[in-house]
Amino acid sequence: MIKRTDKALRAGVLLVLSLGVIGPLGAGLAQTAAASFGYMPALGAHEFGLAAYRSLFDLPGVWTSVRLSLITGGTATLLSLMLAVGFCAMAHDRMSDHAAARWLTPFLAAPHAAMAIGLAFVLAPSGWIARLLSPVLGLDRPPDLTLVNDPMGIALILGLMVKEVPFLLLVMLAALTQIPVRAHMAAGRALGYGRGLVWIKIIAPQVWPLIRLPVMVVLAYALSTVEMGLILGPSTPPVFAVFVVRLLNAPDLNMILPGSAGAVVQAILVAGAFAMLWLGERLSRWAGLWWLRAGGRGSSTEPLLRLGSGAVMALFVLGALAMTALAIWSVAWRWPWPAVLPETWSMRAWVGSAAGWRPALANTLILAFVTAALSLMLAIAWLEGEDRGRMARARWAEALIYLPLLVPQIAFLYGLNVLYLRIGISGGMLATIWAQTLFVFPYVMIALSDPWRALDPRLDRVAASLGAKPWRRLFTVKLPLLLTPILAAIAIGVAVSVAQYLPTLFMGAGRVATLTTEAVTLAAGSDRRITGVHAALQAGLPFAVYALAFVLPAVLYRNRAAMKGGIR
Amino acid sequence: MTLQLIRLEIRVTDAAPLFPPICLSVAPGQSATIMGRSGIGKSTLLDAIAGHLASAFCLTGQVRLNGRDILHLPPEARRIGLMFQDSMLFPHLSVGDNLAFGLARTVRGRGARRAAVEAALGQAGLEGMYDRDPASLSGGQKSRAALMRTLLAEPAALLLDEPFSKLDAALRQEMRSFTFRHIKARDIPALMVTHDPQDMEAAEGPGLVLEPATP
Repeated sequence: MIKRTDKALRAGVLLVLSLGVIGPLGAGLAQTAAASFGYMPALGAHEFGLAAYRSLFDLPGVWTSVRLSLITGGTATLLSLMLAVGFCAMAHDRMSDHAAARWLTPFLAAPHAAMAIGLAFVLAPSGWIARLLSPVLGLDRPPDLTLVNDPMGIALILGLMVKEVPFLLLVMLAALTQIPVRAHMAAGRALGYGRGLVWIKIIAPQVWPLIRLPVMVVLAYALSTVEMGLILGPSTPPVFAVFVVRLLNAPDLNMILPGSAGAVVQAILVAGAFAMLWLGERLSRWAGLWWLRAGGRGSSTEPLLRLGSGAVMALFVLGALAMTALAIWSVAWRWPWPAVLPETWSMRAWVGSAAGWRPALANTLILAFVTAALSLMLAIAWLEGEDRGRMARARWAEALIYLPLLVPQIAFLYGLNVLYLRIGISGGMLATIWAQTLFVFPYVMIALSDPWRALDPRLDRVAASLGAKPWRRLFTVKLPLLLTPILAAIAIGVAVSVAQYLPTLFMGAGRVATLTTEAVTLAAGSDRRITGVHAALQAGLPFAVYALAFVLPAVLYRNRAAMKGGIR
Repeated sequence: MTLQLIRLEIRVTDAAPLFPPICLSVAPGQSATIMGRSGIGKSTLLDAIAGHLASAFCLTGQVRLNGRDILHLPPEARRIGLMFQDSMLFPHLSVGDNLAFGLARTVRGRGARRAAVEAALGQAGLEGMYDRDPASLSGGQKSRAALMRTLLAEPAALLLDEPFSKLDAALRQEMRSFTFRHIKARDIPALMVTHDPQDMEAAEGPGLVLEPATP
């Protein structure tokens, strides 16, 4: 019995999605592409041609930039993937999913920019690691090394990995719950294969299709990150995405067309990387089958697995140190080298910079809660529409959700802002909310989809058989039962919104200051204490919301045993 | 009130029907039983009657309740109660609020509604358990509470999906008589799918064994 109102619900969701998400994305891309081929009437450019591309590639350092992006992004993603697989192979059977989620959450919640700033505080020659090692190495002053912003991009690779490994672990652990790992592991080992080999030959090929899209998201981000590239990456020349942002924000308007060409090249780089991933998948499949049929039991992979797990633990420690460093710097006053902790503490940085962080905090809060609320409503409408249509999700719909995360932000945000300028909403909260929601919605939707589908459909059916109409069933049965995942989805939405840099920078046109834009600007050299204040706030906000999302259901449902972690 | 299945057939779009057309008439107070091996589509049949058939399936034939075809009605308007092997009490509500959720809108006024719920709790041997967490009830208590919730909605017919299969032997006996006694007392038709021949005996109604459709 599919009623007309149910169809209207689905049609409404599709309309909002196509006008609100896919439309802007496509229009922004088209606008960027047109500008890159020399068409931008606002600048008096009307002639189609390749001039913009030619001037882009004539700029000094552009090729180095491209190479840096490919190396840092590719290496970080590949290493993260390998480490995550190795860690899963070692730790999967020893770790409950709940414990894993609790461990990973702080790393997922930390915004990229805050993590990068914290890492810079830890890795820099005058940072924590050098301070801790100074007695051992006999250093009497900070080592004269470029440890952050190094020309090879090693600090950037590390920074990306600290954020990517936890994300991939979370995604993999979720995928592993859909596979009978224990039984396959037992069967494989009974046939004489070691743990690592069963993992590679039997488990990994089953996991891959389930994590392919998230890996692509990671790859696209690593290749096109601006904030992490600014804070940790090399500076002259920087990674390509930073290079392009500099062109687009240059005082010289003549740089906008080459900048747009750069944005298109950035999209091509990501598309090329996806093609390589596809090719790699094909090759591994072919080689893997050959290897599998050869039946080799191989030598033990245990030492490799241990090494990988050790590296993952080291990344976790590094991330935790980075977060702690932010907090400590924000309340440090006198902190001479090589003291491990400050000599004097003070809240002066907090008080002194209040005029800066108060409005930024207010903007951040408004943006975070409005975008998370909008995304949540859209996600619930979508999922409820699927339920009422009694339909499984089509593959194109799944891809549609991921789309904004797969296209590099810079490839369409600048073009989109040109369109926002034309309809007169650029430079305000509305445009910033809209642009951020493009990236918040997919994460909220992904976070809510699995728990929503895991809800026992018989509960809804029983409610219907008791005479409850669809809306009553939604509000009195489904949503209360899904309180925990809904709060988790809100927390993820808030974390994603707080972390957004480029959408706020472009759409806010410099007028919407958030903790992230402030922290990234401050990271470029000013006082570490004030940077620490902004970055600590930026990281603290998502932490607080996550903590609330954990605590609130436990308090509200303290007298309901079956609601405690039973439904996720 | 009579529940009639008239040449009821279910198929996955374009495929052969899951089983041959079903014709069955269940009189008020009677409990009919449908048996068949697992995977034959017994639960799908109940989904179809209750109005929850997945969109991949297509349904032909009629389901009449009191002579009226109900297949065009949304599930909540069919007045067909559902019982599963799990109690399906809503875990976020107290035991009493679960029953209050089920209680028909015809009972009006806070006091009257509360009294109706308390009375039903009493009938199920759950006196004074209004505020209890459903998770804290025993298996038998859960089953009885679930049946009371269903009956408070004043259903015109009842569907039972392997209702006793998760209970241990002693409790099963008790729940069978409790359930069928209430069905008789309400004078409504019930349709049960089960694996257990003893369920069928206890139901004392007409029986039907589902076989795969032969092409």
